[in-house]
Amino acid sequence: MEGTDHAGRGFSRRAFLETGTLAAAAVPLAAEARPGARAMDEAVAATTGVPVMLRINGGEHRLTLDPRTTLLDTLREHLGLTGAKKGCDQGQCGACTVHVDGRRALACLTLAVAAQGKSVTTIEGLAQGGTLHPVQQAFIDCDAFQCGYCTPGQIMSAVALISEGHAGNAADVCEGMSGNLCRCAAYPNIVAAVEQAARELTAVPKAA
Amino acid sequence: MRPFTYETATDAPEAVRAAAASADAHVRAPVQLIGGGTTLLDLMKLDVMRPERLVDVTPLYARFGRIEATPQGLRLGALVRMSEAAEHPAIARDYPVVAQSLAQAASAQLRNMARLGGNVLQRTRCNYFRDPSYSQCNKRDPGSGCAAIDGFNRLHAVLGTSEACIAHYSGDFAQALIALDATVEVLGRQGPRAIAFADLHRLPGRTPHIETTLEPGELITGFVVPAGQWTRRSTYLKVRDRESYAFALASAAVALDMDGDTVRHARIALGGVATVPWRAREAEALLAGRTLDEAAATEAGRAAFAHAVVHQNNAYKVPLGQATVARALLAAQAMRL
Ligand SMILES: Cc1cc2nc3c(=O)[nH]c(=O)nc-3n(C[C@H](O)[C@H](O)[C@H](O)COP(=O)(O)OP(=O)(O)OC[C@H]3O[C@@H](n4cnc5c(N)ncnc54)[C@H](O)[C@@H]3O)c2cc1C
Ligand code: FES
Ligand code: FES
Repeated sequence: MEGTDHAGRGFSRRAFLETGTLAAAAVPLAAEARPGARAMDEAVAATTGVPVMLRINGGEHRLTLDPRTTLLDTLREHLGLTGAKKGCDQGQCGACTVHVDGRRALACLTLAVAAQGKSVTTIEGLAQGGTLHPVQQAFIDCDAFQCGYCTPGQIMSAVALISEGHAGNAADVCEGMSGNLCRCAAYPNIVAAVEQAARELTAVPKAA
Repeated sequence: MRPFTYETATDAPEAVRAAAASADAHVRAPVQLIGGGTTLLDLMKLDVMRPERLVDVTPLYARFGRIEATPQGLRLGALVRMSEAAEHPAIARDYPVVAQSLAQAASAQLRNMARLGGNVLQRTRCNYFRDPSYSQCNKRDPGSGCAAIDGFNRLHAVLGTSEACIAHYSGDFAQALIALDATVEVLGRQGPRAIAFADLHRLPGRTPHIETTLEPGELITGFVVPAGQWTRRSTYLKVRDRESYAFALASAAVALDMDGDTVRHARIALGGVATVPWRAREAEALLAGRTLDEAAATEAGRAAFAHAVVHQNNAYKVPLGQATVARALLAAQAMRL
C-alpha cells in the first residue's frame, strides 16, 4: 500500500520490497550453494515454460511460466505484487486471498495457467487513486491488525463478504471470515472493521 | 511439485479421452482432471499425488455448470461451484441438507473455487496419507502398510474400516447425496452412464488406493437428487473442533418422511466417522413405523454405531456420533415447514 504512514512520512512498502528482491537476486547465493539444483530448475523451466497472459488489476501481463507456478508465486515473484501473502501455501490460512472474476479465491491453490482469461484483483488494485477502499480505511480506524501479515487477505475477503451480502451482524461476519486466520488474534477488531465498512458500503446505494 | 503438462478441455469427450490414458483410476493415476484444484494442487504440493498431465475441466462450465430444480428433483452440474449450490434459493428451501452440507464445508474462498464433481472425490485428511515422510500408507503406496492403525488416529474412521486402511472420508456434501438417494452421472469412453451415488465410493478392503468405481478417464458430469416430501424436512449437523472452517469429527445428514410423529422412513447418513460416505441403514430400519422421540432417536444413534471398530485415539467418535445422529433426527423433526 502506497501512502502516508502513521507518522505522516511518504513511503512505499512495495517499492522497498522490490528493491530488496532485486538486491537479493544480484547475489547468486542459492546458485553457489546448490549448483545442481539450480541447473535442474532451469532445465525444467526451459522445457516446460508456457506463455501465460494474465489480467491483473485491470492491466495485462504476458509471462513465460513453468506450469507449476501458482497465481500467488506469479504475483509475488514475477510481478512484484507482494500484497497477497504466503502463509501456509496449502489453502488453509487465507493470507493469499485475491478476487478472481469478482469472487474471493486462494491464490496459493490456483495455477497461473488456469487464471488466464479471468480478471484478477489484488489488494494493490483496491484503492481508487489516492483514496483507500472503505474496508482498508475501516481496518486502520479499528486497529484491525497487529503484525499485519494476514491483513491483505482479510481485507480482500471482507470486501467480497460485504458484496455477497452476508456481513449484517457479528455472527455472520465471523462465519463469513472464517477462512482467514489471524495468528495475532486481532479478531475482535477485524470483526468491528468489517461491520463498520459494511454499514458504510450498504448505506449508500452502490454505483453501477 | 513435480513437473506436469497442463491442458484445457474444450469438450467433454476430449477430456475423457485425455484422462483415459491412465492405466487405472487410483490415487496416483498419472493423468488427472482438475476442477477447482483445491484437493489436487494441495496433494501435489505435498508430493502425495504426482500427475504428469493435468486436464482442466472448468471450461466445461457452460455445459455442466447448471442447477435445475424441477418437480422430479434437483439436477446439479458437476462444475457448479460449492458456493453456487449452497446459496441457491430453491436448494436452501427444498433440499436444506444439501445447502447446509455445502455451506458448512471449507471456507468461502474454497467454496468459490471447488466444484461439486471434485468435491465428492476429495481425498482423506488422514495425516499419514498426506505426509509422504511416513513410508506406510496403503492408499498412497499399495502394500506398504498403514501407519494410522498403530499411530495417532484421532480423526480416523470407526465404520467401514479394514486391516489395510482406516482413513476417514472427510467430505460433507456426499452425506447429503447418499441420504437422498442421489445418482451420479458420468461420461466415459463408452458414453454416458448413471451410478447410484451409494455405489460411487468403494470400501477400502484390501485395495484402499482404488477409491471409486469410476473407470479411468470417466468424467463426472452431474448429480440428480430425486424429489420427495422428505427432502424439505432435512438437515445437516456437523460437529467439529471449532465452530467454523474445520472438517467433521462426526456429522449426520438426515431427511425425514413423517406421518405426524410417526416415522414412515428416516434417511440417515454419517460423515467424519466412516471410510466412505455412509448410510446408516440399521438406524433407519429401527425407526420405521415408530414414534420419533428422544428415546427412539437415542436408540437410532446406538444402532448406527453397532458395528463400530475403534482404535487407540478415536473411541470418542462412537458416543459423539451417536449423539450427533440423535440430535440431527430431533432437529429435523422440529423443523417448521
Ligand atoms: C483447508 C481446506 C479445508 C477444507 N474443508 C472442507 C470441509 O470442511 N468439508 C468438505 O467437504 N471439504 C473440505 N475441503 C475439501 C474441499 O471441499 C475439496 O478440496 C473440493 O471440494 C474439491 O473440489 P475441486 O473442484 O477443487 O477438486 P480438484 O482438486 O480439482 O479435484 C479433486 C479430484 O477429483 C478429480 N475430479 C475433479 N473434477 C472431476 C470430474 N468432474 N470428474 C471426474 N473427476 C474429477 C480430480 O482429478 C482430482 O483427483 C477443504 C479443503 C481445504 C484445502
Ligand atoms: S497461503 Fe494460501 S491459504 Fe494460506
Ligand atoms: S495481524 Fe498478525 S496475523 Fe493477523
